[in-house]
Amino acid sequence: MTMVGQEDYQPDSFEFAPATMEMAQSEIAKYPDVRKASAVMPLLDLAQRQNDGWLPRAAMDYVARLLEMPPIKVYEVATFYTMYNLKPVGRHHVQVCTNLPCWLRGSDHIVNACKKKLGIGFGETTTNGDFTLTEVECLGACVNAPMFQINDDYYEDLDATSAISILTQLELGETPKPGSQIDRKSCEPIGGLTALFENNVKKTNA
Amino acid sequence: MLKDSDRIFTNLYGYHDPYLAGAKSRGDWDGTKKLIEMGRDAIIEDVKDSGLRGRGGAGFSTGLKWSFMPKESDGRPHYLVVNADEGEPGTCKDREIMRHDPHKLIEGCLVASFAMGAHVAYIYVRGEFYREIEALQRAVDEAYDAGLIGKNACGSGYDFSLHIHRGSGAYICGEETALIESLEGKKGQPRLKPPFPANSGLYGCPTTVNNVESIAVVPTILRRGKDWFANLGRANNTGTKLFNISGHVEQPCTIEEEMSIPLKDLIEKHAGGVRGGWDNLLAIIPGGASVPCLPKGICDTVLMDFDSLREQQSGLGTAAIMVMDKSTDIVAAIARLSSFYKHESCGQCTPCREGTGWMSRMMSRMVTGNATVEEIDLLEQVTRQVEGHTICALGDAAAWPIQGLIRHFRPEMEARIDRAKKHAVAA
Repeated sequence: MTMVGQEDYQPDSFEFAPATMEMAQSEIAKYPDVRKASAVMPLLDLAQRQNDGWLPRAAMDYVARLLEMPPIKVYEVATFYTMYNLKPVGRHHVQVCTNLPCWLRGSDHIVNACKKKLGIGFGETTTNGDFTLTEVECLGACVNAPMFQINDDYYEDLDATSAISILTQLELGETPKPGSQIDRKSCEPIGGLTALFENNVKKTNA
Repeated sequence: MLKDSDRIFTNLYGYHDPYLAGAKSRGDWDGTKKLIEMGRDAIIEDVKDSGLRGRGGAGFSTGLKWSFMPKESDGRPHYLVVNADEGEPGTCKDREIMRHDPHKLIEGCLVASFAMGAHVAYIYVRGEFYREIEALQRAVDEAYDAGLIGKNACGSGYDFSLHIHRGSGAYICGEETALIESLEGKKGQPRLKPPFPANSGLYGCPTTVNNVESIAVVPTILRRGKDWFANLGRANNTGTKLFNISGHVEQPCTIEEEMSIPLKDLIEKHAGGVRGGWDNLLAIIPGGASVPCLPKGICDTVLMDFDSLREQQSGLGTAAIMVMDKSTDIVAAIARLSSFYKHESCGQCTPCREGTGWMSRMMSRMVTGNATVEEIDLLEQVTRQVEGHTICALGDAAAWPIQGLIRHFRPEMEARIDRAKKHAVAA
């Protein structure tokens, strides 16, 4: 069987490292004994993390055995959800949101900046394997648009300059600051608070 | 304007400690045992009487939904599933609850689960919210350690376990039965209803799926009283609501305000107004990507609540407000949403699977004007054939933005077709 978008090179075998297995067991424990299949998504995610960010067939088969599921059921899940990468991705997976709220705030500039800086288009990986660039749908940080996600972190309130600066820092092996890239803690109005003034927030719910 | 003392989410911006000590100082977990001692029926009645309507989009009475759960277990366990698969474009409110006020959600889970006889609840969080899940998990662990949840939760004698389930990137899993399928370890494809989840949901057991915000406001409603909540907003549209204001405003933000606040006030008071002034406004999508856009004329006076927006053939949805000023190519904006729905259709029902692709391709042609005026009518007809003919509401959600565009901006679409035609002749 071949899967659409699957990597040609497939390792022969896969198994969880002991530390991953421990995390897998605590995921499985969340669900009733006879409902082990519920853990398929977290386990595929663990497998992907252990395997440098992509899911080979052997890992799907391994998860299927572990959860006593028919392999096809695991393939269905692995190919349905967009966060499973069926091909290798770069060490830094840059996922740029281009949905409407980001687009209205200039995501086209972010996309162009990323393409120019990395020299690749969407769905491509730099030759040194450092970066993959992906276009994604709404990531749910719309009042901090435009934004992108790199691996597990969100970078918000971007412009072309800050986007390039983040990529440069990663290139240099530095750790850029996640979250808003302007003078802003989270989702409050940029120009200053319009509510929740400091002294009023205590005990108001009691 | 809503007083700070009437706000529920007092750490919305994360300026204070989101975890247990901070949460307690803000009044969370205060007398939770007493809330439970009210008893199941009294809790459900209070939530019903408060007028709370589901905050995830559909706006169904939360208390009424809870009352559909069987009163006694027939041997099958009951489940509460919290929908934190926040993915409706424009929407980013549940994210703030999970990372800045997670204990409100956790306490709400306990109270709601108790009211429905559920000893286990799952919070299904979209996978991209990795850091939010870390924060929420830390708060859940704290709550277990402090005896607030787990065996004999809060000393109430009620056993309750709470687990976080991480999604993996599928908008459709925000639909409640798709979410249940996904939680069972399958593709997220919606189920036919009936049976409704209250009869047969997760693992075939009675299940209620509620949005994060709906659950997180419950303890405060019970503590401050149903009348307090019911007196905010208008009749049938009560309480406070988290609004996300994005797009062409001076200061995009998330804000908790009173339901039924005029849209214009909301934007001018909290978001610094429309870029270039109110008169520079073109249109607003008031409730997340799925609801039809409104032109400026309606935005001038419309109130932000379920009924007022429905009267204008739009909807409150998730209360995610996307503002577009006059520089916006409105056809391209709606075309972007069409391409989103094409991407997210689960492929189960033919009208949606084929229709979203067809509508998206047609919308791309409308952007350049490479179409005929008759095709606008054809497009409108096709949206009517998708709408209401699918298992879940994704088909409707794909159809509505296009219908809104045609309803309010047909002259712009026609002008574009004319221009393209003239251009072609001239060339």
